[in-house]
Amino acid sequence: MWYLCAFYHRLLDYRKPEVESLADLFGAFSKDADPERKSLEWKLPENNHPDSPFHFVNLPSEELARQIANRSILVKGIYELWGEGSSFEELEEAIKAYPDEKKLPYLKSESTFKITVDSFGKVTSFQEQTDRIRSLSYIPFKGRVNLKNPDHKFWLMETDNYGSNNGLPPIVQRRIFFGREIGGADRKLLPTYQLKSRTYLGPTAMDAEMAFLMANQAQAKQGKLVYDPFVGTGSILVAAAHFGAMTMGADIDIRVVRDGRGPDCNVWSNFKQYGLPMPISLLRADNNLPPWRPGLKEVFDAIICDPPYGVRAGGRKSGGRKLLKGVVGPYTVPDDKRTDHIPSTASYSLVECVHDLLDLAAKMLVMGGRLVYFYPVLREDDAIDTHFPEHPCFKLVAKCEQILSLRYSRVLLTMVKIGPYTEDIAEAARVKHMEFRENHVKWLEEGNLHSAVFSPADIQLNGAAGDTKLSKESKPKYRGKYV
Amino acid sequence: MRLITHNMIKLFLLGEFTNESPMGIEVEKMEVRKVGFNPYFLKKMFDWVNYNALVEASKIMGYAELPDVADPSMLESEEFLRKFHHALLELHLEEGSLVCPETGRKYPVNKGIPELRPYYDEV
Repeated sequence: MWYLCAFYHRLLDYRKPEVESLADLFGAFSKDADPERKSLEWKLPENNHPDSPFHFVNLPSEELARQIANRSILVKGIYELWGEGSSFEELEEAIKAYPDEKKLPYLKSESTFKITVDSFGKVTSFQEQTDRIRSLSYIPFKGRVNLKNPDHKFWLMETDNYGSNNGLPPIVQRRIFFGREIGGADRKLLPTYQLKSRTYLGPTAMDAEMAFLMANQAQAKQGKLVYDPFVGTGSILVAAAHFGAMTMGADIDIRVVRDGRGPDCNVWSNFKQYGLPMPISLLRADNNLPPWRPGLKEVFDAIICDPPYGVRAGGRKSGGRKLLKGVVGPYTVPDDKRTDHIPSTASYSLVECVHDLLDLAAKMLVMGGRLVYFYPVLREDDAIDTHFPEHPCFKLVAKCEQILSLRYSRVLLTMVKIGPYTEDIAEAARVKHMEFRENHVKWLEEGNLHSAVFSPADIQLNGAAGDTKLSKESKPKYRGKYV
Repeated sequence: MRLITHNMIKLFLLGEFTNESPMGIEVEKMEVRKVGFNPYFLKKMFDWVNYNALVEASKIMGYAELPDVADPSMLESEEFLRKFHHALLELHLEEGSLVCPETGRKYPVNKGIPELRPYYDEV
């Protein structure tokens, strides 16, 4: 059945993949279906821009629609549409034409209801809202009004071209929707988990909203084991634990995972703060030299992480940089100094890091398990042409871009494991990776991304005088994915 | 460090070491930390856990209730699952070390975090 799905107008690329991932989690698709076919049918309302907050989505049942909406972060509401039109007259006609047997069960005298008036891109005055509600008198509401805790919630929503340059997607024609709410995101989660209330924070702690979106892409739930190889302060695992998953994390920096900032300000306390179950394992380990025993495979249901890509924090791996550069020869740590010895680390380029991550995931994820991670993209590149890492064991099911600055953005990649890991596959992946490294990712090598993002503007603009992106007058009216 | 972690890690961190046997444990301080009981999760864990290693490790940690041999049919018994749950997820090594029986190398466990790292000269 088709439902109206209204989104919060933010993180546009993340909206549909979140709904599809949750649809899969709640069993909308048959288990054996090809991951590529696990997508939903979407339609845009008449004359709507693809970035419009309003979409129609085809879902197998109302119960499923409710589960998806209530678990999501970006779905404002999923509605059973009673009518739509480009004017209130058209709306009335449509609502009257909607079959009575679908309307009457929700209009009964013993039930309570509430009508919310909403408009996208404009504030509606209280008087206007009341007028609009009164204009719905042709719907035979028999129940009592209850604003706090109604049995049924109805929404009257409108989008129009208000003529102002408000940065929203262009609207060709007015559209009005009336529908019964089936479910909506619990955005109260976000103030509860917001980073400024978090006791232990690091410079790259993941924003709460994004962490929840990542947990949804990873389909975290009770009974699943979720691993973050770059755990840091645990900000991603907090979201996974909120959804009931068992969590496990590793980091190369012993000070971060073990010490934090004292007994009540460390990774553990971040879970305690929200009454969440602690991670079942936190360890100091190196993604470049995974500590897992060789026979171990297919253990994690999901791997979620934000790899260090050298813009805010650089990756590290074991090994001294002086040693690697040949400044000093190999030497042996004397026995008496071994106990408290902290080994040197060398910088770890993103290409290498992604290769290790894919190899780890291919081995350690269960079949159908999900790898969810961020990958940086320089925006000078033609976005359509961007190449993302590939692996024979994985199928890329979603890529969601978040623009971070004029120069670069990060893309949340969701990959599903479709094939078992074997030595041959590991070898094939290495070859593919080398090709990838040769052809696409020169800028991902050590330091290049950092300089591309932070070098002074005049160097950047050499040869590209009059770059429209930077001149204020030509700032595009529609902000697109900047929201 | 819970025993689930101990059960996952290999002996020697570098190179192609194919030995599946577990690290030794030296206990200085251990704690019991409660974890929510989830039979579905435990059954999945049973698929890959090195059971003998878990039995040995839980004995070192002072818990001898786990039967010496187990087969998947025992997963139907809640009594067994509770014991398995306790051994795998609730026994927590707060201070001590992991010892590689092959090399004698010790990996410290401080404040519950194992430091699985090679020495400078081993890289």
